[in-house]
Amino acid sequence: MGSRIDAGRQPMPKQEPAERVRNFDEVALGYPAETARREAARCLACKKPKCVDGCPVGIDIPGFIQLIVDGDFAAGIRKLKETNALPAVCGRVCPQEEQCEKTCVLGKKGVPVAIGRLERFLADREAEQGPLEPPAAAAPNGRRVAVVGSGPAGLTVAADLALLGYAVTVYEALHEAGGVLTYGIPEFRLPKAIVAREVEYVRSLGVELRLDYIVGKTRTIDKLLDTFDAVFVAAGAGLPWFLDIPGENLNGVLSANEYLTRCNLMRGYRFPACDTPLKRASRVAVFGGGNVAMDSARTALRLGADEVHIIYRRSREELPARAEEAENAEEEGIIFDYLTLPVRLVGDEHGWLSEVECLRMELGEPDASGRRRPLAIPGSEFRLPMDASVCAIGNSPNPLVPMTTPGLEVGERGTIVTDEDNGRTSRERVWAGGDVVTGAATVISAMGAGRRAARSIHESLGGSTGGAGQ
Amino acid sequence: MVPIVERRMIVPNVHLLTVEAPEVAESAQPGNFVILRPGDDGERIPLTIADWDADAGTVTSVFVQVGASTARLARLTAGDQVPSYAGPLGCATEIAHFGDVLLIGGCYGIGSIYPIAGALTAAGNRVFVLIEARSSYLLFWEDRLHEVAERVIIVTRDGSRGYRGHVTRLAEILTLEGIHPDRVVAHGCTFQMMTVAAQTRPLGVKTMVSMNPIMIDGTGMCGVCRLTVAGSRKFACVDGPEFDAQEVDWDEVLARRESYAAEEVSPLRRSGCASHF
Repeated sequence: MGSRIDAGRQPMPKQEPAERVRNFDEVALGYPAETARREAARCLACKKPKCVDGCPVGIDIPGFIQLIVDGDFAAGIRKLKETNALPAVCGRVCPQEEQCEKTCVLGKKGVPVAIGRLERFLADREAEQGPLEPPAAAAPNGRRVAVVGSGPAGLTVAADLALLGYAVTVYEALHEAGGVLTYGIPEFRLPKAIVAREVEYVRSLGVELRLDYIVGKTRTIDKLLDTFDAVFVAAGAGLPWFLDIPGENLNGVLSANEYLTRCNLMRGYRFPACDTPLKRASRVAVFGGGNVAMDSARTALRLGADEVHIIYRRSREELPARAEEAENAEEEGIIFDYLTLPVRLVGDEHGWLSEVECLRMELGEPDASGRRRPLAIPGSEFRLPMDASVCAIGNSPNPLVPMTTPGLEVGERGTIVTDEDNGRTSRERVWAGGDVVTGAATVISAMGAGRRAARSIHESLGGSTGGAGQ
Repeated sequence: MVPIVERRMIVPNVHLLTVEAPEVAESAQPGNFVILRPGDDGERIPLTIADWDADAGTVTSVFVQVGASTARLARLTAGDQVPSYAGPLGCATEIAHFGDVLLIGGCYGIGSIYPIAGALTAAGNRVFVLIEARSSYLLFWEDRLHEVAERVIIVTRDGSRGYRGHVTRLAEILTLEGIHPDRVVAHGCTFQMMTVAAQTRPLGVKTMVSMNPIMIDGTGMCGVCRLTVAGSRKFACVDGPEFDAQEVDWDEVLARRESYAAEEVSPLRRSGCASHF
């Protein structure tokens, strides 16, 4: 059965649904070389490639695709790494259908080139062959930059500045590097070995990594500024949002941050071999319709749940998750309750969740987001028996840096205010980017912010932006 | 990774852990906590800071061995490495001139009130300390507390030292001792702090308690440490850990602490006690 997103392009080999729901191994297996070359050959090599405009870090997409066609995979990965330090990650988790593949000319009449899969192919190929020589870095320029957070934004800034000759130290609050790539995105979608490899690559550029270091607490930004020329804050996600309905502090009611952190960072799926427990619920409700909701639901299934529901107040059409992940979830047997709004969590006599009360919705006129506003149908209440729920409706930015940095301007929802073009904050020598600025967004948009901030830091510390005519 | 300077059982089941963590020691304040993992696959455990020495670069906590993870921690010894150790976390205890302050400590809380007593005394308060245990042999740091407090009051369940009973007698003990505190700070188990809250409510004295819910990251991300305070959602790791005892929804706190009770000890059962001692 060809899936909708595969018509006309080389299909992605995947683990069979019945098999994969019983393990945490990666679902998508990656293109073999022949398949990659066939897919690459679909690229029209446009003179004015629209796909590049759709990429937040401006990868030379036709360039690397042509190198796949030529069979020069080593040159292909070098081409990718000119602009993207984390291709194995981006090839897996970018919402390509919203970015490069959305603007691909082939997509106008048919199906766009599978750019993300080709990117992943090159990165995986490189890993199979052993590490490539890191690109030549500029001579040390004597300047020091501190990066707060080792997620996608932080790693991008660190790599870019290290290549320009800066001495970069990345501070990570948790005990493993990678930020959301490590604690948030599950193994079956982004194997942790791949994240570790990408982090290792950034370290190979000379970047120092300090784990268990909580900027704002272990040291404040002001203290860091005593010894660093600039600080880039990419502290990422903070406290989860809840639905603000009755019953949300019952046992068995979790945020996606908690659920995924227990599973991914703490390896709770291996409890008791690993010490952090993760409840094995048999009926799980996940609230939300984004990638985090898909990840949570599919995690629940792999942990042995009999029935997992995604409860989403709008319809399939408005689902914010990547199309591929929603399809994977459907294939695996996740039940999607569209146009459904949880209104109350009901507990048993011991304080554990037992039922989720919901309302049916219908779509009204478009709202501020341009999507049709879901409206409750009065009197449509019904209850679903559940023994766990996972709330995946987003989160506020991490509060520790704003709480401890006087004069750092913060927006309404706690996000750090920056100049979008360059990531400058209201504080001298302090830049910021990623989820701590935008609220929950994508890996690649965080990397784009990192790229822009690195350029701005370089300009302001006396470097040039390089490249004549730019 | 931080080296252990000392790990020693100070009274049965209660351990002292001192590590070398200069940057944590430099930033530590009374009431802060740290998060550590006792082993590579270990849980992240929050421990309140009981002492530190910025010059020597060391940080000390007192912990009670309750489940599998604290059992692992209790097996480590001087020279071993703690694979991860991060802090100081949480908001510091409010230190100001209140007048007469009563600090109440039970279990590990006997240790964690020590730096608070010192700071409050230095701020010009008259500090009274009340420590409690099941029996006199479970008391520790009495001498250290004497150094930083006006008076140390002892309560034991079996009456082997000081007042017999529990903090359920707090109001009565305060009358007997002639203490009229302007502020109370309690560190200990949930039951102790809840009892203190009930005892000080009729006295109308502002009472702060150091909440110790389940935590994972401890840095304001996962949300498991949420509790209801004055009707709104608070997160112990970044909004606390100290809150006004009269505003805490205690029933909810008690229920949420139970959520992983079985799993807390199940690895012990599976692996057999031998590997943990």
